[in-house]
Amino acid sequence: MNDLMSVVDWSRAQFALTAMFHWLFVPLTLGLSLIVAIMETIYLRTRSERWLAITKFWMLLFGINFAIGVATGIILEFEFGTNWSNYSWFVGDIFGAPLAIEGLLAFFMESTFIAVMFFGWKKVSPGFHLAATWLTALGATISALWILVANAWMQYPAGMEFDPVQMRNVMDNFGEVVLSPVAINKFFHTVLSGWVLGGVFVIGVSCWFLLKKRNRDFALRSIKVGGWVGFAGIILTLYTGHGSAVVVSQCQPMKLAAMEGLYNGTNGQSLVGFGILNPEKTPQNDADPMLWEVSIPKGLSCLIDWRNPDGFVPGINDLIDGKMLDTAGNPVPAVSYAERIAMGKKAHDALRDFDRAMVEGDTLAMNTARASLNENYRYFGYGYLESPYDAVPPVALTFYSFRIMVMAGGYLLLFSIVFLYIAYRRPAILSRKWLSWVGMLTIPVVYICSQSGWIVAEVGRQPWIIEGIMPTTAAISKISVASVQLTFWMFAAVFTALLAAEISIMLKQIAKGSKTNYESLKD
Amino acid sequence: MELYDLQNYWWLLISVLGALLVFMLFVQGGQSMLLSADDTPVECEMMVNSLGRKWELTFTTLVVFGGAFFASFPLFYSTSFGGAYWLWMLILFSFILQAVSYEFRGKPGNIFGTRTYDTFLFINGCVGCILLGVAVAMMFFGAHFTVMMGNILDTGSPVISQWAPTHGLEAIFDWKNLILGVAVLFLARTLGSLYFINSISGDERFLKRNRRRVAINGGIFVVFFLTFVALLLTADGLESCNDAEGTFTTGHCFEVRPYKYLHNYLEMWWCAVMFLIGTVAVLYGVYSGAFTKSRKGIWPAGVGVVLVVLSLFFVAGYNGTAYYPSLDDPASSLSIRNSSSSRFTLTVMSWVSLITPLVLGYIAYVWYAMNRRPITPREMETTEEKY
Repeated sequence: MNDLMSVVDWSRAQFALTAMFHWLFVPLTLGLSLIVAIMETIYLRTRSERWLAITKFWMLLFGINFAIGVATGIILEFEFGTNWSNYSWFVGDIFGAPLAIEGLLAFFMESTFIAVMFFGWKKVSPGFHLAATWLTALGATISALWILVANAWMQYPAGMEFDPVQMRNVMDNFGEVVLSPVAINKFFHTVLSGWVLGGVFVIGVSCWFLLKKRNRDFALRSIKVGGWVGFAGIILTLYTGHGSAVVVSQCQPMKLAAMEGLYNGTNGQSLVGFGILNPEKTPQNDADPMLWEVSIPKGLSCLIDWRNPDGFVPGINDLIDGKMLDTAGNPVPAVSYAERIAMGKKAHDALRDFDRAMVEGDTLAMNTARASLNENYRYFGYGYLESPYDAVPPVALTFYSFRIMVMAGGYLLLFSIVFLYIAYRRPAILSRKWLSWVGMLTIPVVYICSQSGWIVAEVGRQPWIIEGIMPTTAAISKISVASVQLTFWMFAAVFTALLAAEISIMLKQIAKGSKTNYESLKD
Repeated sequence: MELYDLQNYWWLLISVLGALLVFMLFVQGGQSMLLSADDTPVECEMMVNSLGRKWELTFTTLVVFGGAFFASFPLFYSTSFGGAYWLWMLILFSFILQAVSYEFRGKPGNIFGTRTYDTFLFINGCVGCILLGVAVAMMFFGAHFTVMMGNILDTGSPVISQWAPTHGLEAIFDWKNLILGVAVLFLARTLGSLYFINSISGDERFLKRNRRRVAINGGIFVVFFLTFVALLLTADGLESCNDAEGTFTTGHCFEVRPYKYLHNYLEMWWCAVMFLIGTVAVLYGVYSGAFTKSRKGIWPAGVGVVLVVLSLFFVAGYNGTAYYPSLDDPASSLSIRNSSSSRFTLTVMSWVSLITPLVLGYIAYVWYAMNRRPITPREMETTEEKY
């Protein structure tokens, strides 16, 4: 059992490492591909050599980033098989479809047209080249759609039924898989956050040009395009972020409780704006969960339903105990986690009985077992847990990541507005050094914000690989701890080296770009 | 369509993707020649740039091949990837190195130097081809795994598919698997040279060298391929048990049938025809590339490769054959009947697959538009749009 846990932990670490590296590059691909497409469109309308040079410069940075995104992306798909083989069979009937569709609809589009984008300037017509640039951006977005549909399904399994004969889940409603509320919010929230990152990246790099007092016009034009994309992105990201929180409150209330560090909920629940968690606090003790906090009264209840500021929001202990209240404070029937575990174990027993009866050809026993399985399957995953407290995600990491994401998001809204205002109304201020530094230093802020969002989404749903149906401990492959440790460190070393090379190349290209005299080009 | 038809249809699509992937390995074959001392820096640059405009297609075909296998035959995905861990990890590592190398190799500030990235491409060219060949060879010669669905209920050890403790290393060092791996490598090198002949012009010395390479690599390929074919046609295979009416059952009952793959070719005569036409086309492509003035040898060779690989996938999966035979427990073997997704999922994906002609159409058009004018030494000297 200890060996199994180690394999699970190392496999989780490896997947987290790969996903976080991958997510360094994907949002920039999503944002920068759109920005480049807009710039090339302006070029084609104006035929300005300056816009052509601007387009090519950002396209070059896009290409450098894209390559390493591809390198990390291939690992993610195959790790579902290599490290999570049980998962691959248990839900492959549902989860595999979006991945295959992603490949057919998106990857081929990206990989075909990106070659035209980089090498086709003199080989195809300008209109076809522009179409290739937009199709590359579209391909990246469609790719994001399908992988996010797959991820959303893990958080909110829908459109499926369990087939006891094959001991796996099978899809029975594709529409429910694709159009689940989690999938829709996650797609828009994630893709739009990529626009923000792309916009901030363009503004930040342009600020370097301004700091060096080179190519001011180039930088100003880039800031305007990046600023609008970033502004549109952050407004819509905040809006869909709110939608995501509401959906989480309905589909993954334990994650919401962890995001808030909330153990015992109340009617009219306050929202923690800032706070420091008490490290001694566990669900089993009565310690105060917060050492210090600044809260907004009734904020969390309002956030979930603004029409119901006195609504009850369950905390971790409430959920474990199955305690739910209506607005008037009256108990609402709910299933405690201890009962869920008992029902999960009943589902396991029923499946065992079904399998035995099937081998013996006992139809009556099969029907009896199937009825019991259907009754308890909703909590099948809980049957793997030993204690209700095993279903509590790491609270501190989820809580702090959520706050970092929200605060950074608020800052990025302000940042976009300020830079757009200055670019259009007070361009003279752009020559101030401090402003250039603000622009450049915001690049790491947007990356931290983006990574924090994924930490909230993925750590907050632990221990589940499929919410309520399968914990990570049951999803694993039968491989040795040493094998996974070795591949973990191999990935860590290779990805770190490649990231260092990528950053180094980017910096060289940016420095080279800043020294090129774009002002001499015809406008 | 019924589940039976859908399973056949998806095995056909998997076969097409696999066949196209093997053809597209000309990129890897070309990479495996990058470190040759015979080529000048300009020639090396032309090779990298002609391959560099196609590498993403090969990469994508591999990813889609994996994704389609996951979606249509998830039990294969969970058994092979989770079991032959080291085989797949080494393949993946080699493709990580490839993915960045084209973009990074010529850029200032790339830290490790152009030679390092060219070495990465060389490694991917050799390791990728051999190990993909090994992975496919297991579909004929079997692997050491078991599948026990009931394990899912064992909380202490819940894993369904279990593999030999060497986790794929044993497959890499199996000589039968290596025969196919080496054959794939030399096929890819042959196709790589044919592709250079087709897409690069203006350098007669380089052209002649590639014609010689076609002859040498093609010859080595033929030797290894014939050995593989001999092994295949004399191999025993696992076949699904027959029911009372004499049709194949769909479950986990398999029995050994001597010369199974030879029988498959005889019983599915159209596969044998495909195999023969494909082989002739490959040999014609090699001949025209090596011994005539034609620059178009890549096309008959490419069509031939697709036909031969298609026929190999067909005899691996159709006619009640276990396409992933277990050497430890025949009942654990995988067939397209016992490892597929449900009828609903296969139906949904079949609708999506109707877009395939459109995808192939735009790929073909872009290929034509980008390769209309071959790469020349002069282009390498004058253009900024290069790797």
